[in-house]
Amino acid sequence: MEIWILLAIVAVLVFWAIGLYNRLVGLRNQVLNGWRQIDVQLKRRHDLIPNLVNTVRGAMEFERDTLTQVMEARARAVSATGPADAARKEGELTQALGRLFALAENYPTLRSNENVKMLQEELTSTENKVGFARQFYNDIATKFNTAQQTFPSNMFASMLGFKPAELFEITDAGERQVPAVDLSMRK
Amino acid sequence: MIVFVAFLLFLGIGFDVFYIGDGELTFPIGSLTALGVGSVSALTSYYSGDRAVLLSTGAVPLDRAISTATSDDDTLKIRQFDNVVEEMSIAAGLPKPRVYIVPDTDPNAFATGRDAEHASIAVTRGLLDAVNRDELQGVVAHELSHVRNLDIRLMTVIAAMVGAIALLSDWTGRGLHRASSGRGGRDRDNGKGGAAGIILFVLWVIAIVLAPIIGQTLAMLVSRRREYLADASGAELTRNPIALANALEKIEQAHAPTTSVKRGTAHLCIADPLGRAVGLRQGWLPDLLASHPPMANRIAALKQMAYHG
Repeated sequence: MEIWILLAIVAVLVFWAIGLYNRLVGLRNQVLNGWRQIDVQLKRRHDLIPNLVNTVRGAMEFERDTLTQVMEARARAVSATGPADAARKEGELTQALGRLFALAENYPTLRSNENVKMLQEELTSTENKVGFARQFYNDIATKFNTAQQTFPSNMFASMLGFKPAELFEITDAGERQVPAVDLSMRK
Repeated sequence: MIVFVAFLLFLGIGFDVFYIGDGELTFPIGSLTALGVGSVSALTSYYSGDRAVLLSTGAVPLDRAISTATSDDDTLKIRQFDNVVEEMSIAAGLPKPRVYIVPDTDPNAFATGRDAEHASIAVTRGLLDAVNRDELQGVVAHELSHVRNLDIRLMTVIAAMVGAIALLSDWTGRGLHRASSGRGGRDRDNGKGGAAGIILFVLWVIAIVLAPIIGQTLAMLVSRRREYLADASGAELTRNPIALANALEKIEQAHAPTTSVKRGTAHLCIADPLGRAVGLRQGWLPDLLASHPPMANRIAALKQMAYHG
């Protein structure tokens, strides 16, 4: 009699462990997929920037410095190694792009140019996609971590070979800062 | 939802006990048949409903909308909509739904399709012209939430039950008519259950007479709940509830009926397309009959999210 009760308990535990393992594997794959999605969107951004720079170059001859800065920031971002490095360099690229768009506001021909508007929309969208991909990654990574760290899964998760996923954080102090807005209209 | 199933069970078992089984509980043939007929019609709409809906609204697929765009600004707007849909599906971690534009000047939007892999999102021309990028994002997030929460599946199941309830009511209505004109007369001498049985029988007759109205009311109740849910999970995607609130305000201001959207699709739209006056007022009557909660309540709920978030 006792042996059967014992066997039943073991069977329940085994089924529970299998369920836990499969759920964690599913979540881990979603986390990996979320991470790759960020990469896909960053790549898209890198591809769009040369187009933008070429389109605005003619009208913005006087802003050669800004354009060069954007291209250089892009080159650095493309050749970044490792997530932390990439995060910092992508942040710099975002800032360089922001400066370019702010300056472009001074050129009426650019503001009304359909090509520029379309490119600007594409870049805005890509920026958003990077942001939402990070948001989704963080959401799913948090879910994955919670699944590992809550009782009773926390006793088995590391035994089954699962490690908590790292959350995406803003590593660059400049990106965390609220940009200074100057409305005094002086040149 | 549970109320819905209970109501259907009450009607169905009552039908079988009082109408077919002469007061005895036998095999529930009547309710099963009704449910079967309701399910078949619902399944049909489940698998081909999205195409029917898109066809009936005259929705144009995105690439065709771009190729027929009248100006560069037009193209930009449509492209922007496409981008926004892609952004929101990334945020939701869903495959990108197919994208359509409805040539209608009243601002509105709807989603259709049985699951995330077969989903379509459509907005009207009027919406693209009325809202800015952030607000469009809020609207698309709302629609995508209907897809993610499987509301389309839910409303299909409910349509099946409403259908079954209507059928039961219809059959009984005819039967009672026959009985009273003296030809059938089945339920005349089935007083086996005693006083309790009679009370139940009377309750059941009242319920069956009111059934189509009650069924519809319950369906609308579920629909309104899912609207609040879609607003909330939409805000979770954009993390920007105010933008959705602003979009809702703009949609409300142009509360002319969206003529291209038919009644059957109403519960999938972001705002009641029929432009019924009840949708704008508060009180018990609109609360019972509208497919959408009052705009003011939705906007207030969203703003509250913003202040607490």
